[in-house]
Amino acid sequence: MIADNVKNLTLHAASDALEAGKTTSVELCKAFIKRSESVEEKVRAFLVFDKEDILKQAEESDKRRAANKKLSHCDGVPIAIKDCILAEGQTCSCGSKILEPVQAPYDATVVARLKDNGLVIFARANMDEFAMGSSCENSAFQKTANPWDINRVPGGSSGGSAACVAAGEVPVSLGSDTGGSIRQPSAFCGTVGLKPSYGRVSRFGLVAFASSLDQIGPIAHDVMDTAIILDIIGGHDPKDSTSLPNECGGFANALKSMDKRDLSGVKIGLPKEYCEVDALDKGIKESFEKSIDTLKSLGAEMVEVSLPHTKYAIATYYIIATAEASANLARFDGIRYGARTENAKNLFELYFKTRGEGFGDEVKRRIILGTYVLSSGYYDAYYLKAQKVRTLIRKDFNEAFNKCDIILTPVTPTVAFKFGEKSDPLQMYLADMFTIALNLAGNCGISVPSSIDEATSMPVGVQFIAPALAEEKLLKISSIFEQNRAVKEFTPGL
Amino acid sequence: MEKANIDVGYVAELARLELDDAEKARFQKDMESILGYIEQLKELDVSGIEPTAHAALMTNVWREDAQGETFQRETMLKNAPDTVDDELIKVPQVLPGEEMS
Repeated sequence: MIADNVKNLTLHAASDALEAGKTTSVELCKAFIKRSESVEEKVRAFLVFDKEDILKQAEESDKRRAANKKLSHCDGVPIAIKDCILAEGQTCSCGSKILEPVQAPYDATVVARLKDNGLVIFARANMDEFAMGSSCENSAFQKTANPWDINRVPGGSSGGSAACVAAGEVPVSLGSDTGGSIRQPSAFCGTVGLKPSYGRVSRFGLVAFASSLDQIGPIAHDVMDTAIILDIIGGHDPKDSTSLPNECGGFANALKSMDKRDLSGVKIGLPKEYCEVDALDKGIKESFEKSIDTLKSLGAEMVEVSLPHTKYAIATYYIIATAEASANLARFDGIRYGARTENAKNLFELYFKTRGEGFGDEVKRRIILGTYVLSSGYYDAYYLKAQKVRTLIRKDFNEAFNKCDIILTPVTPTVAFKFGEKSDPLQMYLADMFTIALNLAGNCGISVPSSIDEATSMPVGVQFIAPALAEEKLLKISSIFEQNRAVKEFTPGL
Repeated sequence: MEKANIDVGYVAELARLELDDAEKARFQKDMESILGYIEQLKELDVSGIEPTAHAALMTNVWREDAQGETFQRETMLKNAPDTVDDELIKVPQVLPGEEMS
């Protein structure tokens, strides 16, 4: 029976089983609840996990299927939601004390679309506070562990979303990605993480970190599942003025109908600057070379490309992202919603103390940096300059894509690190070097597990990058890679 | 490397963020290190380059000027930390002067 082992059950396999009458949503959800209960003590991926609510949703799904009124092929399959995406009636703390008391008054567009397709909203996934961090250690509530080695971090900021899928607590989850927050934890946890092109997926109901960079995307066991979720959540939304009008769908069908072994005629760009990075771990480099061999054996042609402004991407990102964050987080002031200090005598103190008590270290650090680069006298030297460098970074990608169909890079310079290993904030920022430039340019990217590191037995991922709106190409090429890589399954021993 | 000219205490005031002395000292050190790293942008010549504000492939998105759905006041006030009769958000005294009860 399918519900006997849900550890690496995919969304599509679960949907097929429901469709064939081999299981029910209640049976499936009970199995995932059981799995979650057995591992959650170690993994700590969920902030909220309400069994009664899950089973209520599952019962409704089963009734729909029994009455031939299913909402979609995946009606009844559970999904976890990162805690910065609103689901009506549920908490939405963003991993922060300042939003701990809040209950979402409405559904984010992505959550509404998941519900319209019958998916069961299973849990709230832990995250770095306000999505600021690369290890999930910045959550105000708990430290999520990597299911492959519970002494290591799951990555961040969507660490809960990646860890719960890797641990088999849900088949699929939603994360958000501002500088790598879907792809980096996916690489650390051996899951597939898709960052759609900027504007593909509505940000309505996503608590904003850096509005010009944020994008919601799926984390799953395989590329097919990310395509299915993008089919559901993508496409224009009048409630988000940066949401693109372009058609967004048919990705899962495109994957089903393609030749699964052939990449002939596909040109894959290898950015020389990414391969020369000193901090690149030996094991990651070897894994990257193996991925290149796999792609070559499928007929792909490798071409060298250059992204000359790569070395400026992190500096540019930390100016733009913190500037936007300092403005976006100004709304958390203890007036209209969220926590309010009990120690204020007047309005001025109320702002100061509410924010001082409510925000954690990393959030404070970024508010200070963002406020500084926007402040009078420094705006031109930092913020405006960074916006101009952003133009150069975008141009680099455009020129590279004249020479190739898709770009291949490592996702992270190392495998998942241990708790407390990176205590210096700048060192933590530098770990994002391969994922950040893509957000600045607005491209789409995906992290796919590629091998297991020999020295640590931890999973390693590889990143495919495609131009904005080229998700179909991105998903097809990465799926062909996935089906032909040497290691077939990525399941932790947990 | 040029030492960054930042006064964390002053910037935190601009951001309405209360920091204790230990935090100020820690963040001052962090900022100097991060801004030191960011200094490398200075070596780039960006004259004549237009800034990029966002990666969306469009500008000026309009909607019809028509009545739409909105949230009920009571729904949105449910999350307010303090209210007057569940109808208004209650805040402490705004203007300085005689303390009001």
